[in-house]
Formats: sequence, structure tokens, C-alpha cells
Amino acid sequence: MGNGTSIGRVRGLGSAKGGVHHWLLQRFTAIGNLISVLFLIVSLVLLPDYSYGTIVEWIARPVPAVMMILLVVTTFWHARLGLQVLVEDYLHDHANKFAAIAALNLAACGGIAFGVFCIVRIALGAHA
Amino acid sequence: MTLPQARGFVSAMANAGTKNRPLSPHLQIWKWGPHMFVSILHRVTGDGMAFAGLAVLLWWLGALAGGPASYATFAWAMTTPIGYLVLVGISWAFFSHMASGIRHFFLDVGAGFELQANRLWSILCPVLGVVLTAAFWALLLLR
Repeated sequence: MGNGTSIGRVRGLGSAKGGVHHWLLQRFTAIGNLISVLFLIVSLVLLPDYSYGTIVEWIARPVPAVMMILLVVTTFWHARLGLQVLVEDYLHDHANKFAAIAALNLAACGGIAFGVFCIVRIALGAHA
Repeated sequence: MTLPQARGFVSAMANAGTKNRPLSPHLQIWKWGPHMFVSILHRVTGDGMAFAGLAVLLWWLGALAGGPASYATFAWAMTTPIGYLVLVGISWAFFSHMASGIRHFFLDVGAGFELQANRLWSILCPVLGVVLTAAFWALLLLR
């Protein structure tokens, strides 16, 4: 192992080990997005109108409620993985990168929590 | 005791290879092709949806959970010209990202790297994104 160039210092150490996990999760959540967002799109096309009563009646039903909860989880997870790559590609300063990833994790978890809570609240009839 | 010069040398060794190294050629140096466009479009639509798409999704769910009054505010905002622009933009980003994302699945299994096929699908994916967006809004508005 050399200590000259970037490649020289990592050559012979093997892979980073963690990269495949990120790559696979990006694919798994992509399949989740495909199914859940297409469910939402088909539902929007089939709904008679977008009045408050119609949407609430639809989203409170068991299958749409569960599909929308899964949609929130899978899209936020996928977005979190995608934005991580954006951060890693364009933020080169270690402190900025750490801060951005920390903020990204908080935002993704917060988004999932808020979205799921709203759907559960509507589905259990606590709205209005 | 370490001499200042020696410390400087050690520090330079630790940082060697991270500063002022030649970088690989960037965008402006290559002859443009559709595969470059579809790759950049995939990132732009994905990261765009991560901000605008998920924000609107949470606003929608939050407004629904908040009751008829908050839903009326959301519905008003989304039916202004800017609201429609945002919604059409998000749907276009989704269909484009979906098309290029499915292209990625084919590339992942090693298919579609032949020059002709790669060029063809690089052109078709953005076109498919626009066509599906138009079809979606036609279904919504013309029923």
C-alpha cells in the first residue's frame, strides 16, 4: 500500500463493502416506487372527483391507506438514497458532507413519520 | 520533538494525491450524445421530485388530515397556474424518471449496451416521459 496518490493508498484493500448494499436498496425501493406510485396514478385517474369527501373516503379504505403508507416509506427511502449520491458527488468538504447527510437523514425520517401519521389519522377517522 | 519541517512533510504525505491532481475530463470535453442527456435527466428529475414532489405529497396528506379548510387551501394553491405548472412538472419528472429508471434495470442485467440499442433507448426514454405525461393529463382533464 502506497501513500502517494489516491489510488495508491486504496489499491489492494478490496472493495469498500458497503456500496452494494446502497445500490441494491436503490433498486428495491425503485420497484416499490413503481408499484405504489402507479397505484396512486391509476387511483387518481379512476376517482370521480377530487373533493375533500371523495379523497378522504378513498384514502381511509384499508388497501389505499396501506398502499399510501408504503408509498410514503418507499419514496422517501429512495429519495434519501438518491440525494446521498448527490451530496457525495458535489460536496467535497468533509464537514459539509457530514452536515448534509445528517440533515438528509433527519428530513427523510421526519417526512416518513409525518406522512404515515397523516394517513393513519385519516384512516382511523380522527380528521375534521 | 518533531521539527516543524518534518511535521509539514508528514502532513504533505497524508494529503498527497488529494490536491491538484489531474481530474478526469468533465462534460464539456465530450461529444454530446443522447445517453449523456438521459443520464443527467434521470438525476435532475429524481432530485427534483425528492424536493418538489415529496413536499407536495406531504402538503396533500397534511391538508387531508387537517380537515376541509386546510384541504381547500391546498386545492386552491394547486389549481392556480403556478400550481398546475408544479403538478405537471412533478408528473413529467415521475414519468421521465420511471422510463429512464426501467432503462437502468435493463442496463443492470447487461442488456442495451450495443451502440444502436443504447442510442435508441436513450432517445425513447425522454420521449416516453413526455408522452405518458400528456396521456395522464388527457385522462384527468378529458374524462
